[in-house]
Order: sequence, then C-alpha cells, then structure tokens
Amino acid sequence: MKKKKSVFFPVFMVLVFIFMYAPIVLLMIFSFNNSKSRSVWHGFSMKWYLKLLKDENIIHSLQVTLAVSLLAALLATILGTLAAIGIFNMKRRPRRLVMTANNIPMMNPDIILGVSLMLMFIFMAQTLHLHMFRLGFLTLLIAHITFDTPYVILSVMPRLRQIDIKQYEAARDLGATIFQAYRYVIIPQILPGVITGAILSFTLSIDDVVVSYFTSGPTTETLGVIIFGMTRRRVSPEINALCTIMFVVVLLLLLVINFRELKNAKESERS
Amino acid sequence: MNRVKLTAQPYIFWLILFTAIPMLIVFYYAFTNEMGTFTLSNFRDMTDYSIVFFNSFRLAIISTAVCLILGYPMAYAMARLEKRGRTIAMILIMLPMWMNFLLRTYAWLTILENNGLLNHFLGLLHLPPLHIINTPVAVGIGMIYNYLPFMILPIYNSLENLDVSLVEAAEDLGCNSHQVFSKVILPLSIPGTISGVVMVFVPAVSTFVISRILGGGSSILLGDLIEMQFLGGTYDANMGAALSLVMMVIITVFTLITDRIDSSEEESVLMS
Repeated sequence: MKKKKSVFFPVFMVLVFIFMYAPIVLLMIFSFNNSKSRSVWHGFSMKWYLKLLKDENIIHSLQVTLAVSLLAALLATILGTLAAIGIFNMKRRPRRLVMTANNIPMMNPDIILGVSLMLMFIFMAQTLHLHMFRLGFLTLLIAHITFDTPYVILSVMPRLRQIDIKQYEAARDLGATIFQAYRYVIIPQILPGVITGAILSFTLSIDDVVVSYFTSGPTTETLGVIIFGMTRRRVSPEINALCTIMFVVVLLLLLVINFRELKNAKESERS
Repeated sequence: MNRVKLTAQPYIFWLILFTAIPMLIVFYYAFTNEMGTFTLSNFRDMTDYSIVFFNSFRLAIISTAVCLILGYPMAYAMARLEKRGRTIAMILIMLPMWMNFLLRTYAWLTILENNGLLNHFLGLLHLPPLHIINTPVAVGIGMIYNYLPFMILPIYNSLENLDVSLVEAAEDLGCNSHQVFSKVILPLSIPGTISGVVMVFVPAVSTFVISRILGGGSSILLGDLIEMQFLGGTYDANMGAALSLVMMVIITVFTLITDRIDSSEEESVLMS
C-alpha cells in the first residue's frame, strides 16, 4: 500500500494499543499488591502467588483445563485432518454439504453450542440412562472437540488445495500404496496446516468459558468456569497472579516460536 | 483416490451425533411444554421479554459500530507499516487474545468500579467520580474491548492482500489519494469489513459473561435470559430452547444479509 508521512495513523495505533494493554498491565501490577485492594497500592508482595500455589480448587481446575485442552486439541487434529482429506476427495455436492455442516459449530454463538449439547447430554443420561453422558470430563471433552474440529479442517483444507496432484500420481505410478503416497507425499505438505489447526484448537479450548460452563460437571470445572463463579462474589487477587503467570508463559512461548522462525529463515537464506 | 474419502466418515458421524442431533433436541424443546406436548406458547410468552431483545440489539449494534470506527483505521494503519512493523503489530493484536477473555473483562471491573482505578485517577485531578459499573455503558466497553481484534484482523487481512498494482494504476490514471481510497481500497476491503462486523456482532448479541461481570444484572441481555432458563433461578428448558432457536434464526438472517452485501459488492467492483 501507499506510504505517505502522516502523524494520524501512528498516533492512533499507539492509542489503540494503550487501550488494549492498559487493563492487562494494571491487572499484572496489582497481582503484586500487598493488600486485597484492586485499586490502591499497598506495597510490593508475592503473597498472592504463594497463596495461588496452595489453592487446591484453582490448581485442580487448571489441571482440568490443561487436560481437556490438550486432549481435545489432539483428538480434534486427528479427526479434522482425516476429515479434511476425506472431504477433499469427495464429489462436489457431498463436499458442499459437509462443509456447510462444518460451519454450523463455528457460526453459532458459543451459548447455543453449549446449551444444545447440554440438553442432549441430559437427555442421554436421564431418558436413555446412558450414564457416561452425565455432565463431567467426557461431556466437556466431547464439547471441546466439537468446536475445535471445524477450525482444524479450515486450516488443513487450503494446504490440500495447494498440493500438486501430479506428485501423488507419480508416487502411485512408482508403486507406492495409497497409504504410502499419503504418508510420504501428502502429509508432509499439509503438516504446517495441521500444526496451525492444533495450536488454534488448543487456544480455543484454553480460552473457552461459555461452552465449558454448560457442559462441565461439578468436579470437572475448568479454570474459566471457576473464575466466572468467583466474579459474582469478589475475585481474589490470586486470579491476578494466575493471569500474570499465564500471560508471561504465552509471551515467552511466542518469543521462542518467533525466534525459531527467524533463525530458520536466516539459515535457509544462507544455504 | 476414491476410498480415501472414507476418512471423513468418523467426522461425519461426529457432526450428526454432536451437532445435528443437539440442534434437533433444541427444536423439540422449543415446540413442547414440560409435559412434552406440542405448543407454541414458548414463542407467545417471549413477547414479555421484548425489552431484553431491544437492549441486546441496541448494545450489540452500538458496540459493533464503535469497533468498526476504531478497527478500520487501525487495520489501515497496520497495513501501511513495513513488513517488520506489521509482524510486530499483528503479535501485539493477538497477544491479549491469548489471555482468558474472562480475565480481560475482569480487568475492566477493577478499572470501572465505583472505587476503582478510573475514579481514583479522577479524584487525583479533583474531578467528580463517574458511575459506570453496572450500567450498559460498562457492558458496551467490555464488548468493544474484547471483540475489537475480531474487527481489526479480517479488515487487516483484506487490506494486506490488496494488490498494490491496483493502487498504482489508479494513481497513474490520475486519482488523488482520497479517490484511491474511496474507489479502490475501500471497495476491496469490504469483504474483510463484513466478516469483521459479523465476528463482532454475533458474540456481542449472545454474550452473558460480559453483561454479568460488568453489568451486574442491571441490564439483562438475550444471552443472560437464555442462561437463566437453564442454570439460573428460573429453570425452564423449553423457554430456553425457544429463545436459543430465535437467536439462531436472527443470527442466520444477519449472516445471510451480510453475505448478500458481500457478494454484490464484489461483483460491482469487478464490473466497474
């Protein structure tokens, strides 16, 4: 795009970033506050961090969140990658049908997804006496896989379209089985899309509150559900400490990923 | 490659079991009473809640409009940067999204509270305190704050992918910078803008988390109403299902309309 010197855009950009970051920075500062107050500074302290480590409720919900997010991301990635390959090989009409159905969980607001799944789980558990569908870890996992998988398909699909079909045909002509042709020709080329899908799934699952709120049982509440319960009363600054930790971990992860990419790019330039 | 399409079978099975059937169950509940007999009374009784519908829409539309007013120039400013700057700006936009959105909303609670940071700051300047928390304004701020990246990212994508030679051609043919913007850049960024509008409006009209935390029950929105039917004090799964169904219809209509605008805009750009 055209670049002309203008003061407006840089200033505007800085203001928007301040709007986006000021609340987060304030939250972090007050995680070190030596009092329960969230607006008056009473000196530096690490006590909320220590308290956090001893809070069994929060630690347990953190474990649930990580477990469900990792498992859901893994299973959704497998399910979604297989589905993308299958859908890609379908004829036009069934392909469009499946892709439309795939859009439903994405287009629907999360409250609808949560409510409809909850109604079904209750129906299955109470009317059909399928006790495995009592609200708990399994129902939570099913719900997460349901909203993760469409995003995996959407990140794998474009990669499949980019593949030169001749490579696959060449592999088959040279005696590769279908499985081998996929294993050695197709999969390596769609791998970046698969990884993007997995990361996206994990992020979506970690960030979810609403669907988990409707589909988790009393002993399998995720961190988000616990915090939401707290905000109705009064949130302890422990939560500030927790989100500071989470934010810093994510920041470090992003720095590592970007640093690696930068290094890879430089190395490939050299060779 | 024919047998390969079978790998989609597990997911098709999954879609039927966990997307199609739950939707059918919502339908079933919406058109029955608690005895399981057919009725339309759920929809008739909904007129009692027309004020909730009105409040939800008003707030969602205002929030979407503010997100657009802030988001478009922001995306434009980002697209004007050099490559390195763009990457950094993208990371800065995405980074807050990695923080749980509850925590981001909760951060605003500490700012807007009556004895919160904003009023402390105003007090230092000897200004009268503002009463924002537990009003629709606070809920609106929460929506704008949480959903602004959803507006910026798609607009930025369409501006970034914009063919620079089109801008150059317009300049060579004598357009000034305003004309370049209104005749080339703006029309080509309409698809991204429309996805941005949908991506902000849909969560804004259906949220109950933001209104619960920042609105404190002062302004009940559509999402709150649905949540209350299932997990709140007034358990009525049939009414909840009927409300969910109406919300689905509204959102479907909204996306269909925006899709329509989207495709007609594309055509007009290609034809003119």
